[in-house]
Amino acid sequence: MTNSPLTPGIVPGRLPAAAYQANFDDHTPPFDAHEARVAADRCYFCHDAPCITACPTSIDIPLFIRQIATGTPEAAAKTIWDQNILGGMCARVCPTETLCEEACVREAAEGKPVEIGLLQRYATDVVMQKGVHPFKRAVPTGLRVAVVGAGPAGLACAHRLAMHGHDVVVLERRAKAGGLNEYGIASYKATNGFAQAEVEWLLKIGGIEIRTGVELGRDVTLAQLTADYDAVFLGIGLAGVNALRAAGEELAGVRNAVDFIAELRQSGDLATLPVGRDVVVIGGGMTAVDAAVQSKLLGAENVTIVYRRGAEKMSASGYEQDHAVKAGVRIIHNAAPVRVLGNGRAEAVEFAYTEDGPNGLTLSSETFTLKADQVFKAIGQTLDGAPDGLPVAGGKIAGPAARVWVGGDCAAGGEDLTVTAVAEGRDAAEAIHRQLMGQQ
Amino acid sequence: MASLASNFIGIKSPNPFWLASAPPTDKEYNVRRAFEAGWGGVVWKTLGSEGPPIVNVNGPRYGAIWGADRRLLGLNNIELITDRPLEVNLREIKSVKRDYKDRAMIISLMVPCDEDSWKAILAQIEDTEADGVELNFGCPHGMAERGMGSAVGQVPEYIEMVTRWVKQYSRMPCIVKLTPNITSILPPAEAAHRGGADAVSLINTVKSITNVDLDHFSPFPMIDGKGSHGGYCGPAVKPIALNMVAEIARNRETRGLPISGIGGVTTWRDAAEFLALGAGNVQVCTAAMTYGFKIVQEMISGLSQYLDEKDMALSDLVGRAVPNFVEWQELNLNYVTKARINQDLCISCGRCFAACEDTSHQAIAMSPDRVFTVKDDECVACNLCVNVCPVDDCITMEELPKGAVDLRTGKPVGDYANWTTHPNNPGAVAAE
Repeated sequence: MTNSPLTPGIVPGRLPAAAYQANFDDHTPPFDAHEARVAADRCYFCHDAPCITACPTSIDIPLFIRQIATGTPEAAAKTIWDQNILGGMCARVCPTETLCEEACVREAAEGKPVEIGLLQRYATDVVMQKGVHPFKRAVPTGLRVAVVGAGPAGLACAHRLAMHGHDVVVLERRAKAGGLNEYGIASYKATNGFAQAEVEWLLKIGGIEIRTGVELGRDVTLAQLTADYDAVFLGIGLAGVNALRAAGEELAGVRNAVDFIAELRQSGDLATLPVGRDVVVIGGGMTAVDAAVQSKLLGAENVTIVYRRGAEKMSASGYEQDHAVKAGVRIIHNAAPVRVLGNGRAEAVEFAYTEDGPNGLTLSSETFTLKADQVFKAIGQTLDGAPDGLPVAGGKIAGPAARVWVGGDCAAGGEDLTVTAVAEGRDAAEAIHRQLMGQQ
Repeated sequence: MASLASNFIGIKSPNPFWLASAPPTDKEYNVRRAFEAGWGGVVWKTLGSEGPPIVNVNGPRYGAIWGADRRLLGLNNIELITDRPLEVNLREIKSVKRDYKDRAMIISLMVPCDEDSWKAILAQIEDTEADGVELNFGCPHGMAERGMGSAVGQVPEYIEMVTRWVKQYSRMPCIVKLTPNITSILPPAEAAHRGGADAVSLINTVKSITNVDLDHFSPFPMIDGKGSHGGYCGPAVKPIALNMVAEIARNRETRGLPISGIGGVTTWRDAAEFLALGAGNVQVCTAAMTYGFKIVQEMISGLSQYLDEKDMALSDLVGRAVPNFVEWQELNLNYVTKARINQDLCISCGRCFAACEDTSHQAIAMSPDRVFTVKDDECVACNLCVNVCPVDDCITMEELPKGAVDLRTGKPVGDYANWTTHPNNPGAVAAE
């Protein structure tokens, strides 16, 4: 018997085979050359443009858009990559609606910003599809830098160090490089293996060796790295996941959303990936939205995101929340889980409505229960496996130590965005370079 | 709705919108469809002498420049006069005119610059019952090298001579079409007037190269790796045409000479501007070639609405702006304005700042939070900020009242005074 969205339990193959391809296709189709030209024509080429200020990597957006408008996407892509070597992925995953496009003066004027993200994707895609890598290494310095973590921060750091002529070894605990680009974002945002293609493209600079399956603390220590290398960059991300701290959390069917997303991204055949009929996602960030939407796209009948505060507090942008709702996901605000119910495996989750008062968030006596054969926890990631001896504050590594630099989600400050990680990796590389070359 | 009925040198048409002599008017099929769409008249694409028709190139005939979203701003062509046999054109003209008696039917002519050629062609068109002729002294490419078109239009003596022949051998009203490829439009217009022309029409196309193919290093349109200059038309040439029309309209020698305005008319507003500067009607080509014949319907409704709103008749509009078209030295040097930025409309793009700071008078200040304000003590009121601002009416020019102090000069605003009496003018006439 074939499964359908109505089949109880956590089962694979709820949809006809063809539906998976359609559901997980590029959720925003790229511009063709004419669309790019028309969109580029809308840019006002602002003085000291607000979009540049809003971009964590400070891409010269008006310049690259003008380069598209004048028929030179190659120059546009170079402008982007000068600031953000993962500009291709950022064009796909950046919440542009809260960054450059929110700052666009045409957003203020008409509520229709220049489509900066799609234009960036157009320029970078054109050049990457030609296999061109427009950066060259400086004369080798003979200096060696270890980069821990092959996520956006580590890759950006490695590329910039290699460009300056240093030899870089990147240590990655997982089987593939890419970090959250490969394991942590919704599949329809980076289709056709884009994350790996981008890593391969980035490595064309030369001078970077990636060693996968190597974990800091397990296979190598920070002390060894600082002894063996001239400098160390840590971009280890947030490997831990916050617990619900609700009864029944240990029941079968309760799972970390990040693990589900990673499994989905690595799945060769989405029809074999099991998903519940009634899926409940607990959390309010991008991870919650990605898990919920993809559950729906896999054929779950009912998918509900439950967030303990109001819509305005969700870290997923309004655009992302709309995206979830359009995909058929229900969002319930101001409710927190009390217990997961079930006999051996999850069957439902009981929630209490919350009240935001002077003493913070409190649970009210008003409760409700949602059917749930699958429960995803998406209430934030935590630092896990940080080497001893580094200062930790607010759950993050609080700053560099001697010959050790830090960047990306594991580092204090900044939002947990791909683009922020790229900026921090790049800036750390510049700081390392200055120090190694005695310029500081 | 205001009537748009037009009487141009005795030629009546239901509206002042004629299709200019060009590909849209080169055959019966097109012209019938144009009349059905509402055009008031057509100037049939230029006929040449009897004999083997001229030939055109078999590669691209047009080049173009574009604005945003490929909006066509300027078109250039290397097409010649009609390449169809004379007798076919004459038969078709007669057939169309018979069915559209209320529409203006003008025949454009271009034959060699000798009396016999003109006498012959005028006799041949006599029978078509067309309303008038237009002498094509404007075409700048192909025919000019054979001593016709703009080769005639650039020599006032030839214009006068041929116009006289036409008036001598034909009863039809005669419009002389002028080329802009001259240093002053006045000698050709005056020559047409002396020769007895009933009207002039202008401008014909401007000699031009729209672009260069950077792979083949040839001007465009490119024919087998080579390019020739073409004739430029469309919205881009409108400012040139308006000036030439207005110069003729205000010139003492030609004042009152009817003008058919041509050059980039795309909307009713363009047409109204030509009329205000002295044109009795307008001719349109590029707009029709870009959007099709239907655009005349917007021109009709728009001009009619405008006349209603102004409570004017069509004839009231013609020439209305001519008295205000003056020489620079007559401009009031005591008219002082300052740029004003409406902060509610401003979207903080900073284009006014970049333009003023980099290329003008450093008269706009920018605060750290992107508020832009005008420095009255530096603003010369050049209007560049207004022109580069992407928001309608966000920046405007405010007139300082008489007596108010201009912070830039420290002087109060005085009464009207122009350069002719200005103390810095060595040739100033002392004020009485």
